[in-house]
Order: sequence, then C-alpha cells, then structure tokens
Amino acid sequence: MLVRPKQGILDPQGQAVSSSLRHLGFAVGDARVGRLVDVDLQTDDRDEALVQLRQMCEQLLANPLIEGYEIELDGE
Amino acid sequence: MSECPTVAVVVFPGSNDDRDAQLALELLGADAPRVWHTEESLPPTTAAVVLPGGFSYGDYLRCGAIARFSPILGAVSRFASDGGLVLGICNGFQILTEAGLLPGALRPNASLSFICRDVPLVVERADTPFTSRCEPGQALSIPVKNGEGCWFADEELLAELEAAGQIALRYAVNPNGSVGDVAGVFNADANVFGLMPHPEHAVDGLLGSTDGALLLGSLVDAARLSQGALV
Repeated sequence: MLVRPKQGILDPQGQAVSSSLRHLGFAVGDARVGRLVDVDLQTDDRDEALVQLRQMCEQLLANPLIEGYEIELDGE
Repeated sequence: MSECPTVAVVVFPGSNDDRDAQLALELLGADAPRVWHTEESLPPTTAAVVLPGGFSYGDYLRCGAIARFSPILGAVSRFASDGGLVLGICNGFQILTEAGLLPGALRPNASLSFICRDVPLVVERADTPFTSRCEPGQALSIPVKNGEGCWFADEELLAELEAAGQIALRYAVNPNGSVGDVAGVFNADANVFGLMPHPEHAVDGLLGSTDGALLLGSLVDAARLSQGALV
C-alpha cells in the first residue's frame, strides 16, 4: 500500500527532496514523499485481499483529508 | 456547586505534557487526575477531559493516528457526544482530528523545523467554555513546540468552519503554514477544542506569559459549572 500526500497539499518533505535533487543536477519538478506499507495476508482470494487492504488504508494507513493511496498485490 | 471540578488528563505512551497540564489545572483550582490510556472509562466525577501534548506512540504513521484507537478514546468520544468538555493540546489536538472529533488535519511545519517559542495569537470567539475569560480579538502569547503543527483544511471546509464560527484561535504571525493562520478549532457545538500552542506552559509569571491561564481557567470555570449541574 502506497500512501502519499494528495496533489495540492503542502508537502515540505517533497519540496526539500526535490530541491536537493536539483542541487545534484537532476531536472526534477515537484516531488512527493509517501509511505510504503507491505503486509503479508493469509488469504488466497485476491478480491478479498483488496477489500481488506482498502479497509486498512481507509481506517488507519491514510488520512483521507490529506492523503491518497494505491494498492498493489504481489505473490501467489 | 462543586468547588473543585474533576478535569481528567489522559496519559498515552509517549505523552510528556500530562504533568504540566495537571499542575496548571490544579493551580487553577481543578482536581486533575491522570488517566492511563488503557482505561475504558473516565472517573465518574469527570467534568472535563484534557488530551495533553507529547508524542503518543512515537508519532508513528501520523501524529495521533494510533492513539485514536486507545480504549480510553471510546470513553472520551462518548463523553464529547454527550456534550462533555474536551480539550486537546498539541498531540491531543492531533489525536482529536484523527479521531474525527475535530475538523482538519495536522501536517509537518512548512519549514520542516521543530518550532519551540512563544507565538502571538488572536482569540476569535470568547463565548465558549474554553475562552470565556478572554475578549474577542484579544492578543495572547503562548508557546508552541511541535514539528507537525501545520493545520490543514481544504477551501470548502475552511469556509464552512469560518461561517460556523469554529475557528477558535489564529496566529498573529503564521509560524508553520497553517491554512487561514488557524492555531485552534472548535467542533460544531464548541464543547471540543483543539489547539497547537501549549496553554499549560503559560500559567506562571516566573516562566513568562500567563496567557495560557485564561484558556485553562475558562475550562476550569466551565467544568465547575457542569459538575455543579451533575451533582
């Protein structure tokens, strides 16, 4: 689960990172810093896994007012 | 009427202003028992609750995001929905926004620095249980000490809160990028109040400003009235 500040939300960490990257000579525009949460799930059912992961993001991992999330499933 | 109202101070793992809050409330005439976060109920005589500053659960994930699931928060939410007075200071404010008891969210300061100094504030409303000892428009000086004190609401929410009179305090000089210079907000009924500045650190002239006593003293006055009504 990848949780990042929504577009348009002040992201001072992203600004600091993008300015440092520009110092290094990279032609970088905006940068956003997020959080990656890997979890192991017991279920083999992808739909069930997606439902659970969405609930995790909505109830705890992301604050819907300021953050968006993306989910990626991996493995068997 | 009870002379010494009970203002419960909740303690989370990582709270560090609970004793200052307790001391300040006691100086102002309250009985201020500290209540551990695993408790499922508040002391029976509780007339107001304070969620103090600190770094509950190490500020992991987002400030206040984990503390909001503490057992005591269920009791605090029920207390608030019955009209009980709840004050969140700094990390306590962050917890109340995460719990949905107050609007908005707290983000890292625009400067990315931890800011620790007195800040000038303006009182927006004086007709609430938390500001009754103030005048509308009154200037206060109270310290902030946080890394994530930048309050955020989108334009629509901010306009709604402005119209409903839910903005409690503003920075006279914005230290952290808060939207609308907001330093503190009320819920719709103004029985829940959260602010980033620390009134409990501004109650003794020996240490500088005593303006924090105006806010905490207002709360103790209101708690005394509500406890009197309960008895």
